[in-house]
Amino acid sequence: MSELHTLGVAALAALLQKKELSAVELATRMLARLGGNPHNAFLSVDSEVTLAQAKDADNRLAAGDTSPLLGVPIAHKDIFVTTDFPTTAGSRILEGYRSPFNATVVQRLGEAGMVNLGKLSCDEFAMGSANENVAVPSAHPQAVTNPWDISRIPGGSSGGSAAAVAACLTPAATGTDTGGSIRQPAAFCGITGIKPTYGRASRYGMVAFASSLDQAGPMARSAEDCALLLSAMCGPDLDRDSTSLDVKAEDFSRNLNQPLKGLRVGIPHEFFTDGLASDVRAPIDAALQALQAQGATLVPVALPRTSLSIPVYYIIAPAEASSNLSRFDGVKFGHRAKDFTDLADMYEKSRTEGFGEEVKRRIMIGSYVLSHGYYDAYYLQAQKIRRMIANDFQEAFQLCDVIAGPVAPTVAWKLGDKSADPLANYLADIFTLPASLAGLPGMSMPVGFGEGGMPVGMQLIGNYLQEAKLLNVAHQFQLATDHHLKTPGGAS
Amino acid sequence: MSLTNTDIQRLAQLSRLSFDPPTSQRLLEGLNDFFVIVEQMREVDTSGVVPMAHPIDAMPNFAAYVPNASEGMALRLREDVASEPNQREANQRSAPAVERGLFLVPKVIE
Repeated sequence: MSELHTLGVAALAALLQKKELSAVELATRMLARLGGNPHNAFLSVDSEVTLAQAKDADNRLAAGDTSPLLGVPIAHKDIFVTTDFPTTAGSRILEGYRSPFNATVVQRLGEAGMVNLGKLSCDEFAMGSANENVAVPSAHPQAVTNPWDISRIPGGSSGGSAAAVAACLTPAATGTDTGGSIRQPAAFCGITGIKPTYGRASRYGMVAFASSLDQAGPMARSAEDCALLLSAMCGPDLDRDSTSLDVKAEDFSRNLNQPLKGLRVGIPHEFFTDGLASDVRAPIDAALQALQAQGATLVPVALPRTSLSIPVYYIIAPAEASSNLSRFDGVKFGHRAKDFTDLADMYEKSRTEGFGEEVKRRIMIGSYVLSHGYYDAYYLQAQKIRRMIANDFQEAFQLCDVIAGPVAPTVAWKLGDKSADPLANYLADIFTLPASLAGLPGMSMPVGFGEGGMPVGMQLIGNYLQEAKLLNVAHQFQLATDHHLKTPGGAS
Repeated sequence: MSLTNTDIQRLAQLSRLSFDPPTSQRLLEGLNDFFVIVEQMREVDTSGVVPMAHPIDAMPNFAAYVPNASEGMALRLREDVASEPNQREANQRSAPAVERGLFLVPKVIE
């Protein structure tokens, strides 16, 4: 079984259930691949913890437990708090932090029997689109590299998750998506990832960035695997997350095998403008043709406020971040400056030393748009346009079942290319922000390759609670194509 | 409309952050570039549009998914009772300075 690490969640689960493989054996094989920290994807590993979880899974398997994810490895974005591993959120200010509890998502996947391989790198507090804003370990922070070309970024903010899955270091990872942080790195690394409807997955224990946007989701190498993972992650958490939807946990795999005949795919022309690189557009056009060949019809729809989603998002998200990050003050947890004159000075020095530049920039923007005299003109105006954007989607969904388009205007860029220009990073988020603002489910699936042999992802957006439909479309596409089966050199 | 260095200092103070002069200058330029793209937002006619604070109140039939939602806020409030176990020790394990179960801060009252 030399190709064990290249197998997906469903295939590994089947081997484990048939007792052709033990969870300990599998975890040992996966851990052996993490030496030297390929692509700088992991921020912490602890083989003792991992193997103990694998042993538990083997005991459950021996007792006849048939839970579908039992014994399968996963790794978590370091934005989810965990009792067994440190949690940093990629920030110096949390370096060395140990949570007294597990995030609900981590807890649920653990109860499903998944074995945690460790914590994955991400942009600091999930603020970034390239995974270059990682500040830990503070002695030697390392940007994550893209397994398809190590001179390029993996995308962000769930860049460690995407790189680890693409390089077959783990069959599955968790990610979080505030403005595209699951979909964009999934696209850039040629894997499949889904952000469910806002409120589906509990935010309890996710280090908060922008609370009205943050949402957890799975990243894996197929839609089938994502469906299995999402089914275990979601479900009401009513006592611990005030925005958790009271919607029963669903089996997101139930519709995977429905044929696509009669499916109406909405094509927003605002997603196919001159800003979309031709090497990205070509594989997306081909994928749309493939869907048509499977019986889908393409329907033009309008999302007229697509470009407005950039300023709207980059006002709302920093506003919420400036509030959420006020808890980092060097008192109850996190970094505290060594020398200070009084309490206010301690706050200021601890925060100034602990936060990275992009985080500080966003806190400053948030403070500005929430401050007296600017609140109405910026924050409230952004919230009003946010509703107009959500309404635009409801009009579009009168005409179609899913919306399809690019995830990002280009393939993954070179490390350092945009690191000095935050605005260039913001503009590249244009196609993922609208669904985030509306709170709609969205996913990315690989559809081919563009410039430099880099993967291209296609985005599918569904109406509220329509995750099963998105996964159905992606799975049917993946049955007919092999883009998702390609792995970068070195992964196999 | 452009921000000035005085604005940066005021915002830094509100944010409990400080910046050395070169960083402050870079931040000023960056924020002014950003607010250029924000300007297009100000031209949108939003009269009569209700601000959207979170996605749940944009969901058709959201009330079905949000039991006990309060009028006008579309989010659930739980009973105001203690529901979590006492975990003082675990909660203080990552604190920078603790003594006898209390978080230590510099002297606030003379």
